Amino acid sequence: MITPLNTSSRAASRGLSDISIRNLFIIPTIVFLIVFNIFPLIYSLGYSFTDFRASTNAPANFVGLKNYRELLSDPYIWNNFAVTAKYVIVSVLGQVVVGFGTAMLLNRTIPLKGLITTLLLLPMMLSMAVVGLFWKLLYDPSWGVINYVLDLGKFQWLGDPKMALYAVAFTDIWMWSPFVMLLSLAGLSAVPKHLYEAAAIDRAGPFYTFFRITLPLVAPILMIAVIFRTMEAFKTFDLAYVLSTQPSTEVISIRLYKMAFQEWQTGRSCALAYIVLIMVLAITNIYVKYLNKVKER
Amino acid sequence: MAHIQLKNISKTFGNHTALTGLDLDIADGEFFVLLGETGAGKTTTLRLIAGLEKPSEGQVFIDGVDVADWGAAERDVALVLQQYSLYPRYTVRENLEFPLKPKIRRLPDAEIKDRVDRAARTLRIEHLLDRKTDRLSGGEMQRVSIGRAIVRKPRVFLMDEPLSALDAKLREALRTELKNLQMQLGATFLFVTHDQIEAMSMGDKVGVLNHGRIVQTGTPHEIYNNPRDTYVASFVGSPPMNLIDGKLVNGRAVMAPLNFELPFSGGAKAGGATDGRPLVFGIRPEDVYLESGAPVEARVHDVENHGVEKILTLRVGDTTLRATVPARTDVAIEQAVRFAWNPDKVVLFDKGSGVSLRHAS
Repeated sequence: MITPLNTSSRAASRGLSDISIRNLFIIPTIVFLIVFNIFPLIYSLGYSFTDFRASTNAPANFVGLKNYRELLSDPYIWNNFAVTAKYVIVSVLGQVVVGFGTAMLLNRTIPLKGLITTLLLLPMMLSMAVVGLFWKLLYDPSWGVINYVLDLGKFQWLGDPKMALYAVAFTDIWMWSPFVMLLSLAGLSAVPKHLYEAAAIDRAGPFYTFFRITLPLVAPILMIAVIFRTMEAFKTFDLAYVLSTQPSTEVISIRLYKMAFQEWQTGRSCALAYIVLIMVLAITNIYVKYLNKVKER
Repeated sequence: MAHIQLKNISKTFGNHTALTGLDLDIADGEFFVLLGETGAGKTTTLRLIAGLEKPSEGQVFIDGVDVADWGAAERDVALVLQQYSLYPRYTVRENLEFPLKPKIRRLPDAEIKDRVDRAARTLRIEHLLDRKTDRLSGGEMQRVSIGRAIVRKPRVFLMDEPLSALDAKLREALRTELKNLQMQLGATFLFVTHDQIEAMSMGDKVGVLNHGRIVQTGTPHEIYNNPRDTYVASFVGSPPMNLIDGKLVNGRAVMAPLNFELPFSGGAKAGGATDGRPLVFGIRPEDVYLESGAPVEARVHDVENHGVEKILTLRVGDTTLRATVPARTDVAIEQAVRFAWNPDKVVLFDKGSGVSLRHAS
């Protein structure tokens, strides 16, 4: 005898309606989010208006916008932001150029393409701290491999205040170009082949074809890569922290870390964290607006 | 304008053979239609001429020059594809300007504007010029794609089934337009299609392609009335030519398994047809007619009403044949009718090779 399958009555027989199953899946996530994300977010917003120090037992006094006012008029903080901006521009630009270039090279039939792609993705899969430690060894002026190979004697990569930021950015480029490459590769392979044939028939040269067909079609996915990388570079901490102690590489997250856990200015650091958050949101919003415009075109 | 010649072209992809020993000659200013089923090698032929593929063997000549080493750009051909291949994100105007703007041969702005406007007027897409290509209907897209071909004044137009993705009404309209356009430009056109009606109605010359070989080349009239073999006979024409097995006995056509006879008078055209030789008799449905005193009796198996005419499927024994009759002919399914054929129009094919006796001799 064949009995018709009735899933709803089965579920009901176990005392579970569709809604309760849905809740079963959603509630743990919501609880987790509230406890570990939403609550600290709001709680720290409260702290950012006080002079609270986590290292003492003194009660937190409400100080209004004092923290924000002082931070935004502090030239040292602005210097940290300038360093961060420089770092973001150099590293994201480098990643886009190298990543997109590699993707262009890989976007054809070559032997062992899969293997080469996988190998190129390896840097991205390593831990930031490990990469930092390794590159510190590579950059070492006396016995680092880089100086040995390039025959640069005792060139100071991380010791030189001007060079250090570029050295950190270079490591970041090495590590994250594969990410841009991966997204670009997806974008490039989605460009229909017949468009290139049509362009060849229309007697378009390689540059014309690249700027008129390839780039406009890959632009949206490239923009997504840029958004991700900018956000990450803006809040970069581990790589810069492990690699260098120079003031010239003190990006805003390092300043924030020092303020919060070395100087124990908890209230003030919460305020700074909020300023950073608002800035990242603002930049991302500009990007997303631009992305939508690119997509619309 | 150009004269295109293909000599002994073969093309293989891996172990798949697309074309074998293909010879083709397209005169300057000719509308040449390459007709064949899907997979016959039509598109490959087109791509070889365009320079998008290299032949495995043989040569392509444009105006008598071997173009083996020329890229697609140097060959100066225009290609219109079935999938339109419009450049996304650009407006219609930008699409039409595209082939005129590459730096190396950039034309003056006034000239570009003039050519684009003229092409738009010819194709009646002036009102669409500022629209993005993704807001166009299929027919509009195909017009733009043709427009992109004509702004450039190429030496030859290659069209790969440009009408097959369109609906019937539009296909008919664009068919006429394309033909007019070709006459207006006086350009060489190579038009690829699997639709024999397109081939018949547009082509100055038609080449029938089957399994990578040219089976027959000729005017639509020749192809239709004098097919070289049974493949062409059954592929061209709608409904196709009736093909019936039989042999000649004393100047009469005797259908072998079916046991009916019809008069045959084409002796002069019959070539090597001798009594008793196994043959295939080919007769177009419009040359089969119903008459009360006709020699053969059949039953009406099916009636297709096409408005201006009716296409009858007649059943004799267990074989069927088609007859086109005027729409006013009153017949019912399973009705007994008598039919005859026009003996002058019968084409004889050799039973073994399928080749027409007129072509073999």
